Amino acid sequence: MTLLLAYIVLVAPLVAVAVCAMTRSPRVAEAINLLMALTTAVAAVPVPFLTHSTQVALDGYLVVDPLGAWVVLCVALVYALASIYAIGYMRLLGEDGRLPRFYALFAGFAWTTLAAPLMNNAGVYWITVELTTLVSTFLVGFEHAAESIEAAWKYIIVVSAGITLALLGTVLFYWAGTVALGPVYDMTWATLTRAAPHMNPTLVTLAFLLVLVGYGTKAGLAPMHTWLPDAHSEGPAPVSALLSGALLNIALLGIVRFGAVAQGAGVGAVSRLALITLGVVSLALAALFIVRQRGVKRLMAYSSVEHMGVMALGFGFGGPLGVAGALYHMLNHALNKSLMFFGSGVTMRAYGTKDMNGIRRVGVYFPFTGALWLAGALAITGAPPFGLFLSELTVLRAGLTPAHSWAVAVMLILLVVIFAGFLNHFRVMYFTGAAPETPPRSEAVGPWCIAAMVLAGVPVLILGIWWPSAFTGVFRSISSALAGGLSP
Amino acid sequence: MTLPHFTPLAASLFSLLAIASLLLTFIMLGSRWLRDYMYAFGLQSWMIAVLSASMGYYAHFPELYLVAVLTALFRGLLLPYLILRILQRLGADRELHVILQPSTALVLGAAGVVFALVVAYHLAAAVGVSSQVVILALTVMLSMKLIGFLMLSVRHEAISHILGLLVLENGIFLGSQILIPGMPLLIELVILFDLLVAVACFGVLARYLMERAGTTSSLQLRKLVG
Repeated sequence: MTLLLAYIVLVAPLVAVAVCAMTRSPRVAEAINLLMALTTAVAAVPVPFLTHSTQVALDGYLVVDPLGAWVVLCVALVYALASIYAIGYMRLLGEDGRLPRFYALFAGFAWTTLAAPLMNNAGVYWITVELTTLVSTFLVGFEHAAESIEAAWKYIIVVSAGITLALLGTVLFYWAGTVALGPVYDMTWATLTRAAPHMNPTLVTLAFLLVLVGYGTKAGLAPMHTWLPDAHSEGPAPVSALLSGALLNIALLGIVRFGAVAQGAGVGAVSRLALITLGVVSLALAALFIVRQRGVKRLMAYSSVEHMGVMALGFGFGGPLGVAGALYHMLNHALNKSLMFFGSGVTMRAYGTKDMNGIRRVGVYFPFTGALWLAGALAITGAPPFGLFLSELTVLRAGLTPAHSWAVAVMLILLVVIFAGFLNHFRVMYFTGAAPETPPRSEAVGPWCIAAMVLAGVPVLILGIWWPSAFTGVFRSISSALAGGLSP
Repeated sequence: MTLPHFTPLAASLFSLLAIASLLLTFIMLGSRWLRDYMYAFGLQSWMIAVLSASMGYYAHFPELYLVAVLTALFRGLLLPYLILRILQRLGADRELHVILQPSTALVLGAAGVVFALVVAYHLAAAVGVSSQVVILALTVMLSMKLIGFLMLSVRHEAISHILGLLVLENGIFLGSQILIPGMPLLIELVILFDLLVAVACFGVLARYLMERAGTTSSLQLRKLVG
């Protein structure tokens, strides 16, 4: 059953790619992409709850385990929401002729991000992550402005260079595994974890650090995040949502999976300390740039750096609580950041500028979507009663051990700074200044965009009030799998 | 570590090829002309292809012959051809503005090799391998990594960036042929193919860069900051 659903998740976006590549009608392309995105989401949502044991298929290359299934769930939700939103948003660009190509690339990008968590082989996983870059770079540069192309170029160069480090790390992990497994073996996650106790600790430390820096580049962890604000701010809004809510998570997944191997090899303390350090640095850097940001989408992009830092801290603290907090945060952040990018996209189009100085009195012109976006801003800074408050609290609680309390203290301070800095921008945009001379285009906020924002916003509120008990079971099985069956 | 035991002849052959590849990296580092840069890359890929083939012969991994043929075809012929076409389209033939003089870059590269050697010695000691070939492979792999990053950071032309990335990948490929010749064939094939797609994407993007931003030098790309 779970395998069947996984196949649907993998096939549906490909159908959309094929149809969009053949059709020339923008309306057909929109429709098929939306249909396939919804199919993907419907198929992906139950998988984590049905996966009780790891299942392998396709000659051992496909794996459905609770961790991968959870990431697929997050990605599929963002893909569905972004597809709804894209129908409204992409029509605003006035480039109907290029829409089929956009949707073909969009579905292709979604496919690569959905496939990566389901790859059983560390080498193939690396290849799918590299593919996500190659496909999404054209989406970042889709608007063909000089800035977009600059962002796309920076993105592909920085991320490709970074990810070669992950390949080197993967090669060293393979080498470390040859002690127990002989010169030829299939480098699946399960095999690596099984062989981990026989691996040389020094070699594994080096390999893990390389993987951490490599996939950390892709996951937007500071100080390797330099491509992220450019790519997120210059791509069309649905692409930004998919980059932030899907791409960053699948790169983090690689770090977490290799982290489990490092844990098994007895270097868990070092690897977790490295992850925690990167998390703290990401939070610090995001705080600095959020406070003095001027571009509305760049603000959201730095907020993504912040939240990847929180997830890195959660996985770094480890234990059932840390892992649960990080995974819950992943879902909340995926939904909430989609809402934020959707709101930024329509606001940007309505006011005709990306600069927050040109955006004033949003609440007056857009009472409903404005209120929704403002609520999203409250939620993304971790204010109660929204989902991110709950997950950040869980991560904080997980870190309350003598070894990690310094990180918790720093994290708390930085979260407060970010809360104040982020919301101050919203205060200025909503409640200060004179109304702009030319009133914003209200037609920029169409029904499709509103629908996507509501669908992204409501679950964030629900998840803040109610932690579904079904999640707890999934998180527990994931954290015990990551600890390699040992008690943490 | 389970490594096949090589005869002295095989060991010296591998060492020779690894060192030749490293030297070619230095040629790239010292040259300002993009065309030289590309020829050195092509030659380096042929070295790696020969290395794959000889590893296949001495360590009895027949599938490495296929890898060797494909490496020679893809990395040794097709990629240089693609890059040559991009070069002609962009009309760039050399680095116009250098941050570092080639001589300085060579010294830094040499420092990188020394660092890589130290790391390789420590790593080999920790792992408990005393084979000179392994230490050499680690050194070359790490130093090509460092030099690749050096080239990425001190050069500005789009083509130099693409070639810098390819050097990074060549280093890993070379090292993995010696350290883990048994890596499954499929992975190697897909990585080769992936590289081809990557270069095609770079080419398309470089053309856009020329059209829209009016330059292929990253010095001019400074609209997005903060």
